[in-house]
Amino acid sequence: MSPLFTPLKPVAPALRTVLGISCFVLFFLGWGIATYGGFVKPLFLASPGDTLAAGIALFREFGFAEDIAVTVWRVFAGFVMAAALAVPLGILMGAFKPVEGFFEAFVSFARYLPASAFIPLLILWAGVGELQKILVIFIGSVFQLVIMVTVIVSGIRTDLVEAAYTLGAKRDGVVLRVLLPAAAPQIFEALRLVLGWAWTYVIVAELVGASRGIGHMIIDAQRFLDTGQMIFGIFVIGVIGLITDLLFRALNARLFPWAKGR
Amino acid sequence: MSKLSIRNVEKTFPGRNNTAPTRALEPTSLEVADNDFITILGPSGCGKSTLLRIVAGLETPSAGEVLLEGKAVSGPGPDRGMVFQSYTLFPWLTVRDNVCFGLRERGLPRAEQLAVADRFLAQVGLKGFENHHPAQLSGGMQQRTALARALANDPKMLLLDEPFGALDHQTRELMQELLLGIWEADRKTVMFVTHDIDEAIFMASRVVVMSARPGRIKCDIPIELPHPRSYKVKTTPEFAAYKERLTEEIRVETIKAVTMER
Ligand SMILES: Nc1ncnc2c1ncn2[C@@H]1O[C@H](COP(=O)(O)OP(=O)(O)OP(=O)(O)O)[C@@H](O)[C@H]1O
Ligand SMILES: [Mg+2]
Repeated sequence: MSPLFTPLKPVAPALRTVLGISCFVLFFLGWGIATYGGFVKPLFLASPGDTLAAGIALFREFGFAEDIAVTVWRVFAGFVMAAALAVPLGILMGAFKPVEGFFEAFVSFARYLPASAFIPLLILWAGVGELQKILVIFIGSVFQLVIMVTVIVSGIRTDLVEAAYTLGAKRDGVVLRVLLPAAAPQIFEALRLVLGWAWTYVIVAELVGASRGIGHMIIDAQRFLDTGQMIFGIFVIGVIGLITDLLFRALNARLFPWAKGR
Repeated sequence: MSKLSIRNVEKTFPGRNNTAPTRALEPTSLEVADNDFITILGPSGCGKSTLLRIVAGLETPSAGEVLLEGKAVSGPGPDRGMVFQSYTLFPWLTVRDNVCFGLRERGLPRAEQLAVADRFLAQVGLKGFENHHPAQLSGGMQQRTALARALANDPKMLLLDEPFGALDHQTRELMQELLLGIWEADRKTVMFVTHDIDEAIFMASRVVVMSARPGRIKCDIPIELPHPRSYKVKTTPEFAAYKERLTEEIRVETIKAVTMER
């Protein structure tokens, strides 16, 4: 058996990068063959070249940069609101079991409510402005995040907590100076995951009653059957996702170097 | 008055999911004099850790009480420093900050914390590793840091639960000499749990042998080897005599423990 395929054995960073890029190359290759080869009608799928051209036109003529800025801002605002509530609440629920007992059933119930189903209600409550879009993201992220943080904090090694007690730590010391730092890298990781989900909600929110944003642009393009613009819009979301992911990872490695290789 | 009085302490763990409760400790009494170094020797599962954890206040006895300098123990505190068998350094803190942890919880000014920490790190031979993180240390170094961390608090007693159990034989012997050297220098009262007979005799002024589960104290043997002891004491006839006796005592209990498991 090839030594490269030993279970759990890491590969060299350079090889990893090459592998990651090859996947993209193959993807574009397949896309190019399907479209330029005439296997798929342009009406259904624009070619890579047409998509790029549509994208350039979007930026030049339709102010797409502003759409991107609006969408990024919505995601950011909704996500920060969700994190600001969910992280402290999750820590409290993980640390203090009566708090967990009080909230857990409700949060588990609320977690299954699809954020997109709230859109009609939210339009009724908050109109079709910014607040409504931000609330969709907030609702979609907050309950997931609470549960994840609770599980993370509950899973902190009890022997670390016991060691802290035998060193004279009291309740607040244990929460602030043991549970919190011990959980921080994993909480950060949970934020990274949930941010990915927040992006799916924002597009859904923008498909209904928006006048700006990437999602709105995609719906607009659909009216003119412009698959190039649609695909470009979807692509931009992916690229932004990739960049935030890399930023999160870099920041995580920077903030919590001690957690490396665990 | 003795430093520590364990009075008719017993422990039964409640059964989970319809399993029968576990009787871990029969009523046990033990007096520990000031400056004593007591090792608790017993087969696996006999309740050694349970007894030590009750003294530490990490476990509440089902009956009986523990008095430290005449005052009842009701929970963990910095007056009883503990070193665990598992590695319990805080992975996000440097070696120096780990040792400072208890001092910081007590509110000591930072400059004093550092002075104390560096003194104890030097004592356990870790000068030059102050800024390392635990993940960068070998097992022996981690346990030495844990020892320094416990000592830095200047506890009334030191509780050690097989602190060298996970180390290789050579490192383990060096650690025993290190700990014994520290004890010979300031005679802090120590309770040391182990299932290694050599280790028990070498460091102890008294070896307490526990019976197979449910644990109770089977015999209590003063070790009258002169101090300071060097590793060479392990090859003397006196040491061999103690070893022969304890081997016999432990063997009987281990056989009982093993047949009980069947
Ligand atoms: N929290 C717990 N819940 C239920 N049973 C427990 C618990 N802790 C310990 N026990 C049981 O009590 C008995 C004594 O355990 P203890 O850990 O004190 O033994 P020990 O002498 O330290 O053993 P070892 O040498 O393996 O560390 C064991 O049978 C163990 O399974
Ligand atoms: Mg044990």
